[in-house]
Amino acid sequence: MATPMVLAEGVHKSFGRLEVLRGINLAVAPREVLCIVGPSGSGKSTFLRCINHLEKIDAGRLSVDGELVGYRQHGDKIYELPDREVCRKRAEIGMVFQRFNLFPHMTSLQNIMEAPMRVKGEPQKEVEQRGRALLARVGLADKVDVYPNQLSGGQQQRVAIARALAMQPKLMLFDEPTSALDPELVGDVLDVMRGLAQDGMTMVVVTHEMGFAREVGDSLVFMDGGVIVESGNPRDVLANPQHERTRSFLSKVL
Amino acid sequence: MSEPIVSSARSRPEAIQAIPLRHPWRWIAAVLVLALAAAALYTFAAAPGLDWRVVGQYLFFPQVLHGVLVTLELTAIAMAIGVALGALLAVMRLSPNPVVSTVSWFYIWFFRGTPVLVQLFFWYNLALILPHLSIGIPFTHIEWIGTTNQIISPFLAAILGLGLNEAAYMSEVVRAGIISVEQGQTEAAQALGMTRMRVMRRIVLPQAMRVILPPTGNETISMLKTSSLAYITTVNELFYVTTQISNANFSIVELLIVASIWYLAMTSLLTFGQYYLERYFARGASRQLPPTPLQRFRRLLFHFHDPPPVGPFEPLATSASHHDDRVM
Ligand SMILES: Nc1ncnc2c1ncn2[C@@H]1O[C@H](COP(=O)(O)OP(=O)(O)OP(=O)(O)O)[C@@H](O)[C@H]1O
Ligand SMILES: [Mg+2]
Repeated sequence: MATPMVLAEGVHKSFGRLEVLRGINLAVAPREVLCIVGPSGSGKSTFLRCINHLEKIDAGRLSVDGELVGYRQHGDKIYELPDREVCRKRAEIGMVFQRFNLFPHMTSLQNIMEAPMRVKGEPQKEVEQRGRALLARVGLADKVDVYPNQLSGGQQQRVAIARALAMQPKLMLFDEPTSALDPELVGDVLDVMRGLAQDGMTMVVVTHEMGFAREVGDSLVFMDGGVIVESGNPRDVLANPQHERTRSFLSKVL
Repeated sequence: MSEPIVSSARSRPEAIQAIPLRHPWRWIAAVLVLALAAAALYTFAAAPGLDWRVVGQYLFFPQVLHGVLVTLELTAIAMAIGVALGALLAVMRLSPNPVVSTVSWFYIWFFRGTPVLVQLFFWYNLALILPHLSIGIPFTHIEWIGTTNQIISPFLAAILGLGLNEAAYMSEVVRAGIISVEQGQTEAAQALGMTRMRVMRRIVLPQAMRVILPPTGNETISMLKTSSLAYITTVNELFYVTTQISNANFSIVELLIVASIWYLAMTSLLTFGQYYLERYFARGASRQLPPTPLQRFRRLLFHFHDPPPVGPFEPLATSASHHDDRVM
């Protein structure tokens, strides 16, 4: 088997005395779309944030594309990575947030061009071309020079996806990308994500959109209380949950 | 029931042409206030002991003009120190390193807790306790030595007193600005691979500016006036110059008026500049930029009866728009 894009082995994370992740084990293969579902407070966002080291894990192993996240192993010793290295690795992972988090003082195009130019040091011309192409791809070719507050939520989220894609990531993390959207705007965003999946992007998606999980997801995990309760093929898990907790959760959201 | 109340899009109802409500009391109040103001002004303007010719004579006196220049210089340099050091202190204050943040806390505690006048006097009299100043590199023989009175000129004493004090205030302003930027902004920037420094410079500070700028404008205007306290360091700023002149010719009030006219002119100019700076940093924060003073003025002349603009025209719900209204 090829190196998994994401490999979690016994990942633990606590905030003070609150143990939020209590041993997460999972593997995401390249080109795979993994959907994570679960009740509020189960640690889904926290796990996602651990993957690009926005949070430090306390125990276990977490690696992306065969390299430990935030640490370097040398023999049997583990060293913390310097800030610069952590940043370099984050640059290879795209992340999309529930609340978009576009930079309000920059136009759509500037939002997209900022990181490729300043973090990766790519030439402006090239980045601009790519930026415009990405905006066209998410259906916003006419919103190039518009500030985020002049965009609808769905448009903002699509710019945010384009911004993450501009870094040409090998992995995309989505944290409830449609939860803050009006129902009629959800479709546009899901369409963009569906397109990405078809193009072979490796994706980890925290979502409450069971339809999307069923249709686009290659696998699905159900998290509760900081552990994975159940996992498998989305169609199977959603149609035929094995655990009582999964059943009661799904009966509420479906 | 045959006439629909809500007409279709095609047949737009006629615009309302009502006779405007009269406000007699508004007119009476306006006249009363104007009369009182005129009376007060006249009392001062026509005061028997006041010689307006002296005011005119000294308004553009070379020494006075030079004083104006020095005041502007003092203000600019002291504010530059205040903003730069203040930003540094703010970042230190927010540092995860407890030693660093405590040092910042003590600085602010000390400089905010003692009067500027005292601080100015302290720097001016530094030579009393430290007759010589030397800067050297430890363990080498490289060293610069000078008498304190040579190094700390009246101008430098004024700069130090005003600038170091201002830094304490500015650091709180900058800190409030940084805190006002949503945590999600930092996260999104970090997720894109930006280093802490770059996140601060490119993402957080530009957004913090909207919150930082209005109080900084106030601080600058306040500094322009506070710089008059520097007269005790015998630096040739506007107030010192005018007092020196009135000490010689005894036209005390006339020269106070000269100074006031200049201070007013300078603060007015600053207010104007501040307005445009705020407009610049409001981009992206509001859907529609606030009108410029010129646009407002036109509005006042030609559209007096239109309702005042609401909603999108009030972009900075913070103190920004408030003191704009006050002065513009
Ligand atoms: N920075 C933090 N400090 C302290 N506690 C935190 C922090 N971040 C998250 N938590 C706690 O960790 C738990 C899991 O949070 P998390 O955001 O991962 O849940 P979630 O599964 O994403 O929930 P939701 O569906 O509501 O987004 C919650 O109880 C939350 O209060
Ligand atoms: Mg969450």
